[in-house]
Amino acid sequence: MAKATKSTSARRDAQAHIEMLRLETPFHPRLEALSQQNDWYTWAGYKAPLSLWDEELEYFAIRSQAALFDISPMVKYRIEGPDAEAFCNRLTLRDVAKLKPGRVHYTAWCDENGHVLDDGTLFRLSADRFRLCCQERHLPWLMDSAIGFDVEVEEETETIAGLALQGPTSFAVLRAAGLDGVERLKPFDLATFPHKRGTVTISRTGFTGDLGYELFVDARQALSLWDRLMEAGRVHGIRAIGYTALNRARIEAGFIVANADFVTAEHAVRADRVRMPDEIGLGWMVDREKGHFNGRRAILKAREKGALRHVLVGLEVEGNVPAEHAIVYHKGKREVGLVSAAIWSPTAKRNIAIASLDRPYGDTVTDDLWVEIYAMRELRYVKLMKRARVVERPFVKLARRSATPPGDF
Amino acid sequence: MTSFDDIVIGGGHNGLVAATVLAKAGRKVLVLEAEDETGGAARKHEFHPGFRVSSVAHVLNRLHPDVVKALELDRLGLTLEGRTMPTIALAPDAGPVVLRGAYGETVDGLSLSDAAGWAELRALLFRQVGVLKPLLARRAPDLEAMSLSEKLALGGVALSLRRLGKEGMRDFLRMLLMNVDDVTGEFVENDALRGLLAFDAVQGSHLGPRSPTSLIGLYFRLAGEIGGAEGGQMLPKGGMGAVIEAMHAAAERRGVTIRAKAPVSRILIEKGRAVGVVLADGEEIRARTVVSAINPRTTFADLVGPRELDTGFLRKILNVRMKGNVARLYLALDGVPSFAGVAADDHAGRLVIAPSSNAVENAFNPAKYGEFSPEPAMEIVLPSLSDPSLAPGGACVLSANVQFAPYALKGGWDKGKPKFLKAIVAQLERCAKGIGKTILASELLTPADIEARFRMPGGHWHHGELQPDQMLMSRPVFGAGGYDTPIDGLYLAGAGSHPGGGVSGVPGMNAARRVLAEK
Amino acid sequence: MKTYDAIIIGAGHNGLVNACYLQRAGLDVLVVEKNDWIGGAAVSRELTPGFLYSNCSYVCSLFRPEIMRDLELPKHGLQVIAYEGGAVLTQDGDYLASYRDHDAHRREYARWSPRDAEAYERYARDVTRQCRFIQPLLMRTAPDPTSFRPRDVSELVYLGRKFAGLSAQEMAEMLRFWTMSISDFLDEYFETDVIKAYLALSGIIGTALGPMSPGTAYVLLHHYMGEVDGSVGAWGYARGGMGAVTRALADSFRASGGTIRTEAEVERVLVKGGEAKGVVLAGGEEVLGRLVVSNADVKRTFLKLVEEKELPDPFLRRVRNFKIRGSSGKVNIALDSMPEFPALPKDSPCLRGDLHFTDSVERMERAYDDWKAERWSADPFLDMVMPTTLDPTMAAPGKHFMSCFVQYCPPKVDGRDWTDADRDAFAETVISQIADYSPGFRDRIVHMEVRTPRELEAEVGLTEGNIFQGELTFDQLLFNRPVPGYAQYRSPVNGLYMCGSSTHPGGGVMGAPGRNAAAEILRDLKKPTKHMSEAHDVI
Repeated sequence: MAKATKSTSARRDAQAHIEMLRLETPFHPRLEALSQQNDWYTWAGYKAPLSLWDEELEYFAIRSQAALFDISPMVKYRIEGPDAEAFCNRLTLRDVAKLKPGRVHYTAWCDENGHVLDDGTLFRLSADRFRLCCQERHLPWLMDSAIGFDVEVEEETETIAGLALQGPTSFAVLRAAGLDGVERLKPFDLATFPHKRGTVTISRTGFTGDLGYELFVDARQALSLWDRLMEAGRVHGIRAIGYTALNRARIEAGFIVANADFVTAEHAVRADRVRMPDEIGLGWMVDREKGHFNGRRAILKAREKGALRHVLVGLEVEGNVPAEHAIVYHKGKREVGLVSAAIWSPTAKRNIAIASLDRPYGDTVTDDLWVEIYAMRELRYVKLMKRARVVERPFVKLARRSATPPGDF
Repeated sequence: MTSFDDIVIGGGHNGLVAATVLAKAGRKVLVLEAEDETGGAARKHEFHPGFRVSSVAHVLNRLHPDVVKALELDRLGLTLEGRTMPTIALAPDAGPVVLRGAYGETVDGLSLSDAAGWAELRALLFRQVGVLKPLLARRAPDLEAMSLSEKLALGGVALSLRRLGKEGMRDFLRMLLMNVDDVTGEFVENDALRGLLAFDAVQGSHLGPRSPTSLIGLYFRLAGEIGGAEGGQMLPKGGMGAVIEAMHAAAERRGVTIRAKAPVSRILIEKGRAVGVVLADGEEIRARTVVSAINPRTTFADLVGPRELDTGFLRKILNVRMKGNVARLYLALDGVPSFAGVAADDHAGRLVIAPSSNAVENAFNPAKYGEFSPEPAMEIVLPSLSDPSLAPGGACVLSANVQFAPYALKGGWDKGKPKFLKAIVAQLERCAKGIGKTILASELLTPADIEARFRMPGGHWHHGELQPDQMLMSRPVFGAGGYDTPIDGLYLAGAGSHPGGGVSGVPGMNAARRVLAEK
Repeated sequence: MKTYDAIIIGAGHNGLVNACYLQRAGLDVLVVEKNDWIGGAAVSRELTPGFLYSNCSYVCSLFRPEIMRDLELPKHGLQVIAYEGGAVLTQDGDYLASYRDHDAHRREYARWSPRDAEAYERYARDVTRQCRFIQPLLMRTAPDPTSFRPRDVSELVYLGRKFAGLSAQEMAEMLRFWTMSISDFLDEYFETDVIKAYLALSGIIGTALGPMSPGTAYVLLHHYMGEVDGSVGAWGYARGGMGAVTRALADSFRASGGTIRTEAEVERVLVKGGEAKGVVLAGGEEVLGRLVVSNADVKRTFLKLVEEKELPDPFLRRVRNFKIRGSSGKVNIALDSMPEFPALPKDSPCLRGDLHFTDSVERMERAYDDWKAERWSADPFLDMVMPTTLDPTMAAPGKHFMSCFVQYCPPKVDGRDWTDADRDAFAETVISQIADYSPGFRDRIVHMEVRTPRELEAEVGLTEGNIFQGELTFDQLLFNRPVPGYAQYRSPVNGLYMCGSSTHPGGGVMGAPGRNAAAEILRDLKKPTKHMSEAHDVI
């Protein structure tokens, strides 16, 4: 086991952590100042806003202006060393050799049973330096995966602050902030720009399916970055937003969230709750040509034996009542799955949902699916049985998301 | 370039058995041995001019009859009949207890009530061993996909359990995971006998007799048989070397190619399948299957390498507990020692210094903290009494397994070894006065030395603790418990696999059968 | 002369649970208790003016909520208050705290090792999985695997199904878990000594095993099966001390019409024609009952209270071989002010939870080595709590009752019986360990009660002072508890039953043995059991 024990003095310095049960992110002073709702939730141990002033309008900021969302609580690992590429290749499903320096890809990783441990984004900062961003914590797994590789893994969640700047005018904001060269970033490109005496790493990525960027900066430079963007964005309608708005955008974009839309392997107390990549719509990531990676044998065996038991699908539901956590039925009778996320999509004007179904339903049998919606209205459940249709994800596809050079709205 | 059907890595006894069983089925087999000669931990070693011993295994007590039959070892000069040796439990103060026949069919030196208690306990243990024995001979049950024959075999175990009768079954289900000290205490009082049983139960493992589950070690010991004698033991004519010579001859007779001085540096994997090996000098040899009869950790962590393995699997492999606890002692003596109270003939037996069950427990305590036993327990044989060629005329060889010697000694073995040797000799002196003065030369191998000399990580002769959590389908780890491994075409055949160590040949035989069954 | 429907020997918590359930089924039940107080090992006693002592068992978690509900214990005053935290104070002046808040807990572990902090999730998941398997078995009678009776077979099938419902990998993991030492098990997850020591303590409390003994991973489970109001694995204090548990039980029992006689020591069970007919009290008084239930441990019951001739040989032999080794002692202390622990932050929540000073598994194991050599540990393991930090009813404001559970403490010292001098020396070992971490501690002591296995046996009636009425090793669990063939609360004597912690599922203030025994008795009497809740669902 690789050791990561801390020194006595480092330990003592950290004793004070208990004085505050919820951590505040490096952007907290700004968020707190803007929070009219005082509506907070806990994200991975951090105090984070559900909404700041009006969750509906915050959503529209994403789709029509520029929205600034604090992603600092996202778990971040630095992976560095001569074997970093080989390490990431063995760790994750996709071929990291194809991920050039200056590029980002969305990927996932599995245990030896082929069950998904998490999904996340892998940033290739240079030939031998990566950053892995994800929802859950994996240090023991990453350290044990590093055995036999010349690579260093370090958890850097607290020291790196992150912002998502999303929406049609996000590029305009960055340009106005003087970040020259951002226009050259194609989707999933990343580059480093000067900020103060240090740098800011900007990638053209996001969780909204819109034109957008993610910015990473040393936590000590966080506030100055925030101010720089807010200042530059003033004439471009920039607004800080909370999670409720972002969550709507991500459902429209068809993205899934670990431990919301699927249960990660290290958290599943009930052994049947785990999922293989093919069972949560990530089968496309599995690269069987690239050489060995964690879970490869189990995944290929399951495919070969037809042992895949679930499928994750996008549904379009009749009517306009969101089908959140509704049971999915086949022919109105047979229970075949569960909706994990659902909203009325303001942009698509469709009632959309993400659901996990038991195969063959949702896979080869897609007709005659129904969802049973329990809508609480004035202390009584209104039960609705609504027809649902399997549809493509993303539910909302925007040309501006991928146009390069980016649109200047 | 010649091509082979199977490459067997390691020319220890399990490697030779696996190779021979495969070759017998008509396959072209190559055995690769890293050292100058085959035999692994059972090979002969000259530790002082004219004085030779069997390196690690020094008594034969579990060579499986099916292996003898499959390899026709009896026709190749190995005689196993009628040579069972006694066990002498030395007791410096009270006088020794001598177990004769197959593990104490008759016993000298016990009070009447202890003799009766022992007879009852012995019969009980052998009845219970009868239930376990089939499990120790076959592939561990595969709970995921049991073949018909596996189901039948498991049904057979259930049936033999029923055959114990109601009370017998109750005893068995109660005793199975008990500690050996409690069990012996329920039947006998004699300290030397309880000490011996305690020692035999924990020999080779990181347990004390008062550790729960330690009785399993005794079951394991009693499940061995030799020449049809259950629980028997012997020094075959020509010593343990004779066993290896016969196995080597059996392999060659079946057309197995054996290459010595051919250490494997890497197992070749292509698209998740083992396709051959690369030797230390860079030579590449390909084959349909690779059978590794060496340590499972070496096999996976070093020869396959983390990159071809899943993190979770490697984690399990690295978590296998395999830190040795036994030191090997060779003494060149200028005369035959005299152990107090032991008849001259009985000196050719197995002599055990374990004055009481608590003495073994006390010897174990320091090993938990990386310290050696100040009063170690040990099993001694004087092989030159049975095979005079092992020592010059009039002189004598003493070979002993000494417990407990931790793999990693606090402060290091360089400093600790002379102190430990002193403690051992003092313990010997207590039972054989004057032995110290007759020592011409000595060699003491700590687990760290055994690791280096025999390529056994941790210096553990079972290649992994033989405790319930590392047995059956969890031996060496779940996912490689049935000789086949996550790597297609790669099989395990060593003591690290079910049923475990000792010169039995069972892992080798079962692995070969598994290879043949999968084609 | 009156004949009771049932006589329960011993007013411990299991005896009272059993009595309550029988009384509520319409039986006329008498509980006889040798002491002038009730409660057995679950008591609150004012041993010095102004201080209430939980002088035997001291924390509450394992007590089954089903029983609390069935017997309306809250109505009779039972209230459980959860711990706020816990800590191990380390030799280098730091500490490892355990916090209720998930993220604070993780950050606290990260102070020691970022790796261990993130390893805790997988550890918790794996232990929870094992817990979920075992929990439903607590409130069921263990089947006899040698029997072909339909009930045993169906119960075996239930177990088999539960097991067969697992994947091969889960089965292998379960078999591993059940046989591993807590030390080896923890090594697979954690690297930091103090973290392992803190987690290992649940693997040894109450047992005569060290953390390196195989089987202690299961013992950990035994301590994790508890819950405080649905928070599984949580520990708490009974408001008013542990006596509140038995007092509520006694009140509930009396409220339903039952009778308790104190100072009524049973000399022997009255057996005629192989049937239990009542009990003979010290002094010779006979009390008749149609059945007798013993809350005493299996050795005390059958080697002291029943004549040898009434019992078959194999049974007697197994009872004699029952392992019931005392391994712990208690030092109960009244303090005139709150002790200070300078290493901890001021007003740390850890002070309102369990405190320890054993910061490595090695120290814990060495403490056990002393016990094996029949000495009390020179450097003992302490489980120390001050219930008065959360419970205002046990001492005046500002005053505190401190309970120190001490391991290890042998039933005999160097092969001889304990002497008062031994006991004092033992107490001094404990006090000096505390004083090392708490300056001025000695000056705060108002009164102290020291209990070694000698006192536990003499006062509470626990053979050898074993708090679980028998070791929790595999050979004494499930269908082996207390002895093979008699794991269903019945005995070879018709009408004589067992309901103490010697029976399945074992010790701890759980109540399950008493309840399960009642279910079996009512089955034999063909009485309805509608007043007994089924085990809560594990979903």
